[in-house]
Amino acid sequence: MTTLETLTAEEITEIDHEIALVPFRKAAAIEALKIVQQHRGWVSDESLRAIAGHLEISPDELDSVATFYNLVFRQPVGRNVILLCDSISCYVMGYEKIYGYLRDRLHIGFGETTPDGRFTLLPNACLGTCDRAPALMINNELFRDLTEARLDEILDGYH
Amino acid sequence: METPLTRHISFDRPPYNLSDYEKTGGYQALRKALTAMGPADITKTVQESDLKGRGGAGFNTGMKWSFVPMTGDHPIKYLICNADEMEPGTFKDRMLMEGNPHQLIEGMIISAFAIQANISYIFLRWAYKKAARLLRHAIDEAYAAGYLGKNILGTGYNLEMYLHTGVGRYICGEETALLNALEGKRATPRTKPPFPQISGLFGKPTIVNNVETFCNIPHIINNGPDWFKSLGGGSDAGTKIYGISGRVKRPGLWELPMGVTMRELIEVHAGGMANGYGFRGALPGGASTDFLVKEHLDVKLDFKSVAAAGSRLGTGTMIILDDHTCPVGFVHNLEHFFAQESCGWCTPCREGLPWTEKILLSIERGEGRLEDLQLLDMHTRFLGPGNTFCALAPGAMEPLQSALKYFREDFEKHINQKKCPWR
Repeated sequence: MTTLETLTAEEITEIDHEIALVPFRKAAAIEALKIVQQHRGWVSDESLRAIAGHLEISPDELDSVATFYNLVFRQPVGRNVILLCDSISCYVMGYEKIYGYLRDRLHIGFGETTPDGRFTLLPNACLGTCDRAPALMINNELFRDLTEARLDEILDGYH
Repeated sequence: METPLTRHISFDRPPYNLSDYEKTGGYQALRKALTAMGPADITKTVQESDLKGRGGAGFNTGMKWSFVPMTGDHPIKYLICNADEMEPGTFKDRMLMEGNPHQLIEGMIISAFAIQANISYIFLRWAYKKAARLLRHAIDEAYAAGYLGKNILGTGYNLEMYLHTGVGRYICGEETALLNALEGKRATPRTKPPFPQISGLFGKPTIVNNVETFCNIPHIINNGPDWFKSLGGGSDAGTKIYGISGRVKRPGLWELPMGVTMRELIEVHAGGMANGYGFRGALPGGASTDFLVKEHLDVKLDFKSVAAAGSRLGTGTMIILDDHTCPVGFVHNLEHFFAQESCGWCTPCREGLPWTEKILLSIERGEGRLEDLQLLDMHTRFLGPGNTFCALAPGAMEPLQSALKYFREDFEKHINQKKCPWR
């Protein structure tokens, strides 16, 4: 058992705001996970126990929620998270080429992080921009109508 | 041709702010609904308009609202906008939210008043960052103008509106799974009955409708049910946001009379197939609908006509299969998605979808056997309607069963040639 980590005052304020909007504390679970991930980049076991303590639920119950959702990160991620859409319209428009190029350039596959911590590459189920496929998202920025030629320029914008 | 939903949408300029929206008649329907009509009148008007839910299922919206208890002691009711839109190939609600967020908010306030809900949520897909920013701003403007909050337009009616952004799971778009997600739980579907209209979010009466459905409401209130019916060109009322992705000249979204033909959508609006590509088939309404093929090009894209042709209108956003894309690879991609996004709650879906995916992958790689086609046929029945807890697995089987019907020779070629003939 590792030592209990505590939430920061800022995190607690934000989580308590969400708790105030719902009829019982547990209902703020997903928002609380999002808040901590926003501050720390991911949700470690220790962070998860701290959130569960604040929500007054068991860590296992919270973990069952955290691991259910694709975008709650339970492992550390790089400074920039690349979400490559692998859904059908992007498949038709050539996402496999884009993936191949990213793999060659970054030397990582899906689920991996570059050794310098600059990029994590993840597959993503549909980014909802099917008319402009193939597409990827880096952090909060969406890139569409991708070509291999454009990828270098896009990646160079992230450090 | 009238295009009420997109009349004020132009991506060449920022979306309307509150005063722009008001100048073009915005929030007049809300005023009319709250001051000149009662909740029962609004529900009756929407029911008579024959507005069918635009999230995919196509159920009469007013009828759905009519199941909410309007007598007795129900101090808390909820109204929820399903803006999750995570079905691959579906991207229509994005345009409505990014293009005219106040239209959605106005539609939601009128709808909430109709069922006398005092709390509303927009459950927004995580990836829609721009829509989130615009909706937050529009909600703030609506509060500041007195369209949200306490004593709306001096009528004594109160409504709070919250924006909730998801954390990525397709199943969150299922009505009852969405409720669990909003309650901070795993998004597994719930048993019906009780239906959400009776026992929904936090056990209270709840209505969940799609973005496009809500966006129609102000126009129906302003212009009446007969006007709305007159917009449709097929057997359904109103207009529809249709979309196309894939190898066409101009992929995109268009608001057209309900019942436009597949041919017109593809050849006129999308400009036809891209140079060098031919049409083999299309999923007419997102990833969970059956293929339609060349012989169906003159089918009208309304709920009844598409059903008669053996598919579903779904969300009305079409994904094209061209003649350079492997149908087995296409279906494998879809089943990979569905297997990954199964919530795991019921065994047929949790076990059957990964099995289906593995079979398709082995066929695609040239490692399949002819018996595999029988196995796939079996799965389309065992994972079909009535055998699973919710509609995810039956939806997943729709493209597969129709691919086995229309593109069987492509599956057989993979098996006989022991490779993908398209690679």
